[in-house]
Amino acid sequence: MSSALLEIQDLTVSFQTSQGVQRAVEQVSLYIEEGETLGLVGESGCGKSVTALSVLGLVDRSTGLIESGRILFKGKNLLDLNTEALRRLRGNAISMVFQEPMTSLNPILPVGRQIAEPLMTHQGLSKSQAYALATTWLERVKIPMARKRMQEYPHQLSGGMRQRVMIAMAMVCNPSLLMADEPTTALDVSTQAQILHLIEKLKADLKMSVLFITHDLGIVAQTARRVVVMYAGQVVETASVTDIFDKPAHPYTRGLLRSIPRMQPSTDGPKKRLQEIKGTLPSLDTFIPGCRFADRCPEVFEPCRLKRPHLLPVQGKQQARCWLYVD
Amino acid sequence: MKKHLKNINFRCGLVLTTVVVLAAVVSLFWTPYDANRMDPGHRLEAPSFYHLLGTDQYGRDILSRVMVGAVNSIIVGLATVAIGMMAGVVLGLIAAYFGKWADESIMRLSDLLFGFPAVLTAILISAIWGPSISNVMVAIGIFYIPVFTRLTRAVALGIWGREFIEAARASGASEWAITFRHVLPNLLSPLIIQATIQFAVAVLAEAGLSYLGLGTQPPHASWGRMLYEAQTFMEISPWMCIFPGLAIAWTVLGFNLLGDGIRDNLDPYML
Repeated sequence: MSSALLEIQDLTVSFQTSQGVQRAVEQVSLYIEEGETLGLVGESGCGKSVTALSVLGLVDRSTGLIESGRILFKGKNLLDLNTEALRRLRGNAISMVFQEPMTSLNPILPVGRQIAEPLMTHQGLSKSQAYALATTWLERVKIPMARKRMQEYPHQLSGGMRQRVMIAMAMVCNPSLLMADEPTTALDVSTQAQILHLIEKLKADLKMSVLFITHDLGIVAQTARRVVVMYAGQVVETASVTDIFDKPAHPYTRGLLRSIPRMQPSTDGPKKRLQEIKGTLPSLDTFIPGCRFADRCPEVFEPCRLKRPHLLPVQGKQQARCWLYVD
Repeated sequence: MKKHLKNINFRCGLVLTTVVVLAAVVSLFWTPYDANRMDPGHRLEAPSFYHLLGTDQYGRDILSRVMVGAVNSIIVGLATVAIGMMAGVVLGLIAAYFGKWADESIMRLSDLLFGFPAVLTAILISAIWGPSISNVMVAIGIFYIPVFTRLTRAVALGIWGREFIEAARASGASEWAITFRHVLPNLLSPLIIQATIQFAVAVLAEAGLSYLGLGTQPPHASWGRMLYEAQTFMEISPWMCIFPGLAIAWTVLGFNLLGDGIRDNLDPYML
């Protein structure tokens, strides 16, 4: 995997909470090749965002702890860098787009200023140079009347426009890796499509890699080439996007796919009830000796509750953390 | 501005405070009479065409003295708010950012200051350093520090927890840059509101302390001092106490209304 731009190896992150130590991420390994889009999928609280925040060194230091693992970016371990060196990477070589465009922009600064800021911080541009470049970026993310919009405040923009501003902010320094943390979750469907298209286009233009974090498998199908599925802090399956949809290996992935609502014409016989995955995520502070999904798994059998499964090869590059695939 | 003027509190407050500020500014260049010049021939005169607000027991023109007193009150208000705000914002930010023992010690110290009666301490300071207007400003200013510390800490804690701070961090902003460009500007509107209200309190406190003889020293004009001097003559020449009293009430009401108005106007955008 020498061509990997980012490689996370056995990352374990825990948080000190009032209920004790909670492991939000456990031995997560994944890699992103140059120019590739990797989909990171899982339900809320499964550790997707924490994984991304760890890459930027943004795990809250007062409560969070990266217990072990390595995060290699262009071959360098980010966990060895000091805060200043990490800060120089953020928004520069690696940037991030957050879920909530409503709250991720400072309400009292004009948006132009917020886009220009990373340029001034990282590239030492003067204010006028940075503003000029920021204006071209606003045009690039398809915001009409960019010059006028530069002076406007976030509350004057719609949700979709704000997300475009966020994207412009993340992209101004031409990062080689963009981490998009549910960038379209808060948007309506048509805006969502536009934003996805925009990210896709910028990715091709800038030849960057994208880590696309989402709970929406539909988005993954449109954007990613490979998919990593997380459940309760662990990677449970990794596969190419076609394999995930054609022959999902892990029972959790199958459950996720079954719980996507489908349009059916009413003449197609009786409507089927939408299937959900029964049960809830296990609490992260309880020790589970076996598979974390066992309690909710329809295919649970003997070894599942006794021993923790490893990521096992299924076929080709597809891997699943499930006892079904032990030889 | 037009939008702000719709608010009745803001509008009244603005008018009242503008009158005070105008009177003070004008008094720097011109007063009807020299505020300190005594005129034994016209003592204790009732308001008339020549002396619009009457004269005091030394024949000094009360209108002139009220105007000069406005300068005094404004200086005290500005200085005390400046002392309290500068120290309070820094301490509040430190408490909010570092948390833990820094937060604990700063907040407990503010509690301690809060527990002290302000007037008593002002008397104490005057007793040690001697009565003067600058000592009064220091004394009131010190009591403003915990007010601004608490406000800053409470608001800053909220701001630091918000997503745009995380987003700024993710785009590589340093902690200093985040504090100055993202946290401080967001603190501005609650601080302005608090400052106008503390300004009014300071005017009142200065009047009170000058009344007790601890603030402005004679012959300088101060509203509190004028009230003190007027009480002996209250029955024969009530205008001597009515007009300085009115000036105090006017100013305090004005700044309170202004503060309320600003809060009403800014609140919808806040937090």
